[in-house]
Amino acid sequence: MSTPERAIRRTTSRVAPSSDWPGCVAAGTVWLVALLVACVFFWIVGDLIRHALPHLTWSFLVEAPSDAGRSGGIGPILVSTMWLLGVCLTVSVPIGVGAAMYLAEFTRNGGRLGRFVRGSLDVLAGVPSIVFGLFGNALFSIYLGMGFSILSGGLTLACMVLPILIRTTEEGLRAVPDDYRRAAVALGLSQTVTMWRVLLPAAAPGLIVGLVLGIGRAVGETAALLFTSGYVDRMPESLLDSGRSLAVHIYDLAMNVPGGSGHAYATAFVLIGLLLVMNVLTFWIADRWLHRRVTPA
Amino acid sequence: MSASDPNQPIRPWAERAGCCPERKPHLRVHDLSVSYHGTPAIRNVTMDLSRGCITAIIGPSGCGKSTFLNCLNRMTDLVPGCRVKGSVRLDGTDIGADGTNLIALRRRVGMIFQKPNPFPLSIRENLTFPLKHHGVRNRHDREAQAEAVLRQVGLWGEVKDRLDQPALRLSGGQQQRLCLARALVLNPEVILLDEPCSALDPIASGMVEDLIASLRTSYTVVIVTHNLPQARRLADDVAMFWLVDGAGTLIEYGTAGKLFETPEKEITADYLRGARG
Repeated sequence: MSTPERAIRRTTSRVAPSSDWPGCVAAGTVWLVALLVACVFFWIVGDLIRHALPHLTWSFLVEAPSDAGRSGGIGPILVSTMWLLGVCLTVSVPIGVGAAMYLAEFTRNGGRLGRFVRGSLDVLAGVPSIVFGLFGNALFSIYLGMGFSILSGGLTLACMVLPILIRTTEEGLRAVPDDYRRAAVALGLSQTVTMWRVLLPAAAPGLIVGLVLGIGRAVGETAALLFTSGYVDRMPESLLDSGRSLAVHIYDLAMNVPGGSGHAYATAFVLIGLLLVMNVLTFWIADRWLHRRVTPA
Repeated sequence: MSASDPNQPIRPWAERAGCCPERKPHLRVHDLSVSYHGTPAIRNVTMDLSRGCITAIIGPSGCGKSTFLNCLNRMTDLVPGCRVKGSVRLDGTDIGADGTNLIALRRRVGMIFQKPNPFPLSIRENLTFPLKHHGVRNRHDREAQAEAVLRQVGLWGEVKDRLDQPALRLSGGQQQRLCLARALVLNPEVILLDEPCSALDPIASGMVEDLIASLRTSYTVVIVTHNLPQARRLADDVAMFWLVDGAGTLIEYGTAGKLFETPEKEITADYLRGARG
């Protein structure tokens, strides 16, 4: 070992413990904060499981609620939630991906329209959901005559999810290296072909993030749905029927139904489980259709 | 023996004279100037690129070599604020004219980049997917052509058992050869290479270089390179670019033998000796 190296080593080993106390405090604080966050998470989940488990049975999942939800199950509510989500995604995914393509590929060099659309989306993403609810109520329920229905609720959710979906997909597309675009141009491939076959698959991670965030926002929504899809807890017979989502059911049980908290916990547990399943499913589908072919494992 | 073998003597020009016997212009560049947002990049370049020959473009960094190359298949269209004046004629047709079919042009003039850029698809799809979109409808035809070019670039033996694996799993040299195969599968007349070996290790670089040498006579090859020994080994003709008054200018152009042995300009001689640039 050379002399300067030895000198450095001696200095650090001698000085480190006594002089690094700000570092120790900082590290300790970070650990404490991390621990706190983990504790909060486990507290919520533990509390949920503890209260939910006694109510969780197969019949709870399939039966209709009775006595304002104090007994019975959440069958129709689960179905309504799936319909709402189905409408929301069927509308928002094609529009969202299309808009993201437009923003990322056709307005790359800061066109005025692109900037305007992007700015509007950022504002929209931050608009409180109750505002979306009022808007959906005015437009879909009243003006377009859909009334309190799953259709108007799903469309309102689509409006809410779109900004998130568009911006994350756009970021995903922007993260695709320009090398691919230049290669495609040099091979005389059209922009459309390049988009579908090269850029979109390569941007799949961004699309997945957008979908996961969007689904999370849609499934957890109450305020926007109270005014649009309503809170009828019957089994919906068509998209024009009113339907109650899981989140609205939790809200109703917890706030308006004395003695409903046990079923509120159980519903919340189902909601989280549903979210988990949807996320895994999103990853699986995106992986299967877009990403697996393209990424080196 | 690999072309990059340091012990191999550089073949004298005379020995290669049969490779590109007569100089018939394939691409005629006339008074070409390019500017980016008003800043000139190259100015008044006039040169004929001969059919079936390998033309090397040499010169220091930032003297417009790549810009020049990008004009030959109109990749300059992609760059915002880029203005091209003058003309480039491919077999007599002005490729800069309005209404030029860019898809057809880029099929005739293929391009390889410095960094290997296979698509994030499987090895097979990298070759069959461009073919499909250039109108080869039959899957068996596409796969047969893919196999033919993979053999041509010497990759077939290495990848024939894993054609469906992602191309990005290949090594850098293999990726670059795949890119070359991808350009060749469209059966171009001209191949533009923008420093194709500079991102590769010496062995892979040697393989790609051998491959480029094998394209002589069948294709018109234009290669930008910083590697003077490589230009010496490969080129039939050499064009020397230099920065004059803030813009890249063609200062000397001639056969490799002439330019390397008896350059006319002092700058060229100095650059080749390593004294300048």
